[in-house]
Amino acid sequence: MELLLVILIGILYAAGIFMLLRRSMVKLLIGLTLLGNGANLLIFLLGGITKGKPPVIDSAAKLFTDIYADPIPQALILTAIVISFGLQAFAIVLLKRVYVLINSDDLDDLNTPEEEDI
Amino acid sequence: MLPILLLFSLFILLRGHYYPGGGFVGGLIAAIAFVLHSFTNGTDDTLKLLRVHPSAFIPVGLGIAALSMFAPMLVGQPVMTGLWFNEPFPVIGLIGSALFFDIGVYIVVVGVVLTILFTISQYSE
Amino acid sequence: MIDNTLIFPVIVHLFTAIVLLFFWRKTVAQRIISIAGSLIAMLLAVRLFTMVWNDGIRTMQAAGWDAPFGITFVADVFSSMMVLLTAFSGVAVSTYSATGVARGRMLYGYFPIFHLLLMGLNGAFLTGDIFNLYVWFEVIIIASFVFMTLGGRKAQIEGAVKYMAMNILASTFFLTGIAILYGITGTLNMADLSLKIGALENRKLVDITAIFFIIGFGIKSAVFPLYFWLPSSYHTPPSAVAAVFGGLLTKVGIYALFRMFTLIFIPDDFLTTLLVVLAIFTIITGTFGAVIKNNIRRVFSYLIVCHIGFMVGGLGMYSEIALTGALLYLFHDIMVKTNIFLIAGLIRKLRGTMNMDKLGGLYKEYPLLSLVIALVLFSLVGVPPLSGFWPKIYLFEAGFIDAQYALLAAIIVGSFATLYVIAKLWAKVFWKDQPELPDGESLRDEFKPLNRFRKSLLVAPIVFLAAITLYIGLAAENITAVAQHIAHEMKDVSPYIEAVLGPNVSP
Repeated sequence: MELLLVILIGILYAAGIFMLLRRSMVKLLIGLTLLGNGANLLIFLLGGITKGKPPVIDSAAKLFTDIYADPIPQALILTAIVISFGLQAFAIVLLKRVYVLINSDDLDDLNTPEEEDI
Repeated sequence: MLPILLLFSLFILLRGHYYPGGGFVGGLIAAIAFVLHSFTNGTDDTLKLLRVHPSAFIPVGLGIAALSMFAPMLVGQPVMTGLWFNEPFPVIGLIGSALFFDIGVYIVVVGVVLTILFTISQYSE
Repeated sequence: MIDNTLIFPVIVHLFTAIVLLFFWRKTVAQRIISIAGSLIAMLLAVRLFTMVWNDGIRTMQAAGWDAPFGITFVADVFSSMMVLLTAFSGVAVSTYSATGVARGRMLYGYFPIFHLLLMGLNGAFLTGDIFNLYVWFEVIIIASFVFMTLGGRKAQIEGAVKYMAMNILASTFFLTGIAILYGITGTLNMADLSLKIGALENRKLVDITAIFFIIGFGIKSAVFPLYFWLPSSYHTPPSAVAAVFGGLLTKVGIYALFRMFTLIFIPDDFLTTLLVVLAIFTIITGTFGAVIKNNIRRVFSYLIVCHIGFMVGGLGMYSEIALTGALLYLFHDIMVKTNIFLIAGLIRKLRGTMNMDKLGGLYKEYPLLSLVIALVLFSLVGVPPLSGFWPKIYLFEAGFIDAQYALLAAIIVGSFATLYVIAKLWAKVFWKDQPELPDGESLRDEFKPLNRFRKSLLVAPIVFLAAITLYIGLAAENITAVAQHIAHEMKDVSPYIEAVLGPNVSP
């Protein structure tokens, strides 16, 4: 399981960075998304994968006796996912605006000469 | 579908105390209900059904969530401590400040998702 | 000591934003509420600062969960000082925005976003939990994305794409760093991390993790070689927005760098060398950029990059004197950078352009205003006894003690280039006569038609910030005392750790 995740994370990061280096704006967005997912999986992996129960203590017991799953990585990933959801929604709308404005998907067209700014 | 999905989303919202669920998921389901409605009847109809623009939900929800976050301060507890009423309510069960936070989140999520999606759909029309 | 008043600066901005959302279409009400909210936040920040300064570090555990399990908020002198400076800039910018920002932008939620941004900044300064820091950073960047794109024309949207891509990338690096950090220590509380990282044997792994944070924060604070997005996006949004960005957003990256690299990653030889080299290149590239550009705001953008280098250099030398210098520079820089972007906006209002070749004769027309602006510009250069001068003395002293001659040379070059650029700007914009414009172009004066009250709303924040800058310069011993106190806390982190984790933790 760990090995599989390690390979998957590697692929996600590599693909994400590859996509970032392309010139198309949509690929830029996909690259950022892939990188974000890679980072989330990395938290999951490094938080330690255990097959355990939820960390809820019996009202009688005072300490954990069973193996339990660490809740913190899950909370972190959940937060990160919600945040990246917001960011990506925003990014998509922004790129759409750019596409309408300059009518091109190429990042190299994003260079208004300096004379034009105020 | 709309009433059933809305009811289901409320169920998910209230269930969130002890089982998987809660404001965020419930809000998403409610938003999906309205989105489905807009698929079939058109965005303008859905907006008419809602009466107020979904972006107006955001401040209301934020306000509720923020108030329930800082309510414990009035009683001298640290911020975000759960406050609980002693008597259980029928159907819902114990009510605490966490529920109001969840309701706030629910409203915000509905507002945000619908605002984003409707803006995109109206933009591309 | 549990203390709820700690997060009042955050709450005030949150509630201001919520109230503002209810007044979505009423721009007059929005202006009044925004200024009032900023003023209240300023009073609270002053109160927080005096409290922390007199009684020591304050902490608050959210929901009463003890550190290191719950989310901790900590206010030490450093963070409360940053909150204070943020509040000053907040008041100035919201006052300026009342007339300086187009009505169309206000209709689309300019003020609520502004307060959410300030909330994010205050949260980032006050949190004591590294993942919470990430969340506040996201709050900041989402708010700043909206600012970047709000009501934008082509150039602004183009700047926004670069800004967005770089910032999301920075967040991903930051998140990766957090993941590794959690993997090797199993905690997210900064004080707890400080203890556990210090006890680790595998220093190479720690250094690699540190590099992730350098990249993440380096992108945000525009350190070489990650600075290029800044000059290509900061000149596009309205001046009030650029003032917040230039004054505060890069500085929150610097704050995070200082926090991480004094508390968690204690710089070893590798890290100090890296930071010093980065600082040298940052100063040099920023200098070159500033010298060749002709648009006022582009010049200022490169000056930001250049001066970020001074602070990173101070951190890199990592002696108490160097840290004092860097901190003084940070305080001075927040005030001055916010102000010069407001000034750039005012010049635009006066003349309708920011191209230095087309400007001139401002001194003849507005002698008093020009004097105030001169004060700010020469503070930026560091003419004694104004505020930019004192930090440099400390940096020089530290440089000689540590024998970092390359960094010293870079700082000297950077200072002289700043002097040259500012002198050029002063001569071109204020002293020389208004040049003849090419055919078909005319100057638009948007300032004259305004009534007296509105004019004063534009000028008052500049005077206010200039007064604070003057205070930093003339009453330097007070500010230096604060900076020395913080530098001391940075070198000896045990009070911080004790305040968060309780007195019984053995280091």
